[in-house]
Amino acid sequence: MSSPGSSGPLNRRSLIALTLTTLAIGVLASACQETTSSGPGSSPTGSAPTSTTAGNTVKIVSSLPMTGSSLGQTQTIVNGIKQVLEETNATVCDGKLKIEFEIMDDATAAAGKWDPAQVTSNANKAVSDSSVVAVIGTFNSGAAKLAIPILNSANVVMVSPANTYPGLTKPGKGEGKEPDVYYPNGKRNYTRVVPADDLQGAAGANWAKSLGLKRVFILDDQELYGKGIADIFEQTGKKIGLEILGHEGIDAKASDYKALMTKIKALNPDLIYFGGITQNNAGQLVKDMRNVGMTPDQVKFMGPDGIFEQALIDAAGKDAEGVLATFGGVPGSQLQGAGKTWYENYKKKFNAEPEAYAAYGYEAASVVVKAIGNVCKNDRAAIRDAVLATKDFDGVLGKWSFDQYGDTTLSTLSGNMVKNGKYEFSQLLKAE
Amino acid sequence: MKQWQSILLYCGAAYLILLLGPIAGLDIPRIVGEIAKSPEVLIQQLLVGLVNGAIIAIIALGYTLVYGIIELINFAHGDLYMLGAFASLSMVGMFNVQDGSPLQAGLLPMLAALVVSSVFCAGLNMLAERYAYRPLRNAPRLAPLISAIGVSFIFINVGLFWGGLRILFPIMGANAAAPKSFPDLLPRIDILKALGIQTSITFTTKDLIVLVVAIVLMVGLNLFVNYTKPGKAMRATAQNRDAARIMGINVNQIIALTFLIGGALAGAAGLLVGLYNNTVVFTMGFTAGLRAFTAAVLGGIGNIVGAMLGGVLIGVLSALSDQYLSSRWTNAWVFAVLVIILAFRPGGLLGENVQEKV
Repeated sequence: MSSPGSSGPLNRRSLIALTLTTLAIGVLASACQETTSSGPGSSPTGSAPTSTTAGNTVKIVSSLPMTGSSLGQTQTIVNGIKQVLEETNATVCDGKLKIEFEIMDDATAAAGKWDPAQVTSNANKAVSDSSVVAVIGTFNSGAAKLAIPILNSANVVMVSPANTYPGLTKPGKGEGKEPDVYYPNGKRNYTRVVPADDLQGAAGANWAKSLGLKRVFILDDQELYGKGIADIFEQTGKKIGLEILGHEGIDAKASDYKALMTKIKALNPDLIYFGGITQNNAGQLVKDMRNVGMTPDQVKFMGPDGIFEQALIDAAGKDAEGVLATFGGVPGSQLQGAGKTWYENYKKKFNAEPEAYAAYGYEAASVVVKAIGNVCKNDRAAIRDAVLATKDFDGVLGKWSFDQYGDTTLSTLSGNMVKNGKYEFSQLLKAE
Repeated sequence: MKQWQSILLYCGAAYLILLLGPIAGLDIPRIVGEIAKSPEVLIQQLLVGLVNGAIIAIIALGYTLVYGIIELINFAHGDLYMLGAFASLSMVGMFNVQDGSPLQAGLLPMLAALVVSSVFCAGLNMLAERYAYRPLRNAPRLAPLISAIGVSFIFINVGLFWGGLRILFPIMGANAAAPKSFPDLLPRIDILKALGIQTSITFTTKDLIVLVVAIVLMVGLNLFVNYTKPGKAMRATAQNRDAARIMGINVNQIIALTFLIGGALAGAAGLLVGLYNNTVVFTMGFTAGLRAFTAAVLGGIGNIVGAMLGGVLIGVLSALSDQYLSSRWTNAWVFAVLVIILAFRPGGLLGENVQEKV
């Protein structure tokens, strides 16, 4: 081999190195752009740094995955939060207390989704900033597991617009010592405005029954959220008389599922239920069930809110037609009363259809702002207690309270179906 | 092999099966009963496994070819194949063919995609060889390996970036990281039904095309390596690089040619898998690459027919495990079998036991 002694190849090589570096920087920059397009540039709503002392300024932060494939959803949550702050002029207590807002990203480009190290670091950052009194987030239940205990020991309240894993709040619905392990100082500091999966899994099973589907094969993506909701679907299904043909975990990274679908086809089911998210290959599952010859009028495909997004339709293409998805709430377009007004305002302001969780972001921020208004000073423990004590809140989702565990008393869920390349609301669901 | 060594190996194999068996649902009487009840399911799964194995084998060719000639495990090959699939998808998208359009409408886009993605991947692979592997050719073995992992990361990020170019390619959908739907262009006529055979087994023209393409590629590559002048030069280079150079072979050119062929194969594989599985995602290269690499090792890395054999074995094993055991354990089973086979034949099924180079 020629040694890199002569200057000719060396120069050429350094030229190439330069080109490659430039390319790499370009790729990185574009990735970063995605991260920040929402964020800091246009950030702290109505809170230009003024000469106010820390005493009359409090801060709420959001900790959501702003990088990678959840961005569509989290962006609309952030929009919902911004809306609340704008409507209240970011002040409470007759202008005596200002509220700042900071967006934190709990995902990293390397992971492509929420990253445990980033979640922990965000929580620690929130705790160490004494002006932070509340955290809105997280998006993923797995991330909440890490964030809650850190915030708990500092009395910072956390309101999630999207976590649905039951074990975070309810005793007996999760594993082992859940949920007490998340609350080391003995007091609850966590609430969520979205109904948990014990309701959604049950609602899915009930919906299947009401559609006349009897023979069900259950799959899950072997993750906390996916397996949890699939298990609840199975339990409820057995109770209400669905015939469960089997329950298996899939390899979320497999390139195809033809063999698995061939096996399921031989069992002759009416429905395949998938507990999991789009990013764990839900689109390929739908494609392969059609590929091996299960036609849409013979076999339906149902999933939870993890597949209730446009990304699933992009992945499954024309095979997505007729896919059913439950959602732990009601899509923005179906809200009534105050919710309807909010929906119109949102569309006017952001010139786009809100994704499923936008209303929940708005509601979470409203609860936090109201609690801060009741306390009127920078007192983490008092604001935490005020949030947890929320009763008969009249918000965009309707009138609801937090129960003793910090869960919403709302239990109206919805069923949605893909029609002409879009999710369409089909009916309201009840868990019971 | 000494006798006590083989006894140890048998014990190890038995231990693996005993360990995995009960938790993964290995229940021989039940499985035999299920096969006896419906042998058609078994045949169907063997067919599914065969076609999946053929796809694995096509990707494995790229590993085998490069390893055979410079003993480099080209970890970037799986991601190169992913970029091939992206190139094909972009091409097909530019022709604006609809999902499920007739074959006539899809023929030209498919041909264009084949040419573009093959040329693109071949060029990319040659660039990688020239600037990431060649400078390290005389470095310790691990250096080019690490360099290949680096190239693989670059390719993955290019894929992620490409997936976000929806302004140029609307077919990419709304989200860069999400899986993308590949239009269903291959005809799907049930061959057995068309022949008038009454059975529940389905074997479509789509499956047949994959098999035929795989076999044609294997045979073509084998003929090329064994019966042409560049093929002869490739074999000579593989055997002894310095001796080949003394005999007047331009070693650099021959290695570049190997990467060119490997890249073109990756591009073709990208198109084929896109057409067969109908989904493309930027992370697909890693999984496919791992399976293909495993197939290449299993068949005896460096051996072209071995790649086919290893691929089919892995495909069939996974299909049978999905059917009769549990899909949760499929990967564990496949790799357990791999370990057992390699314990008895360290060179792979068709591999020669290479003498230790000192």
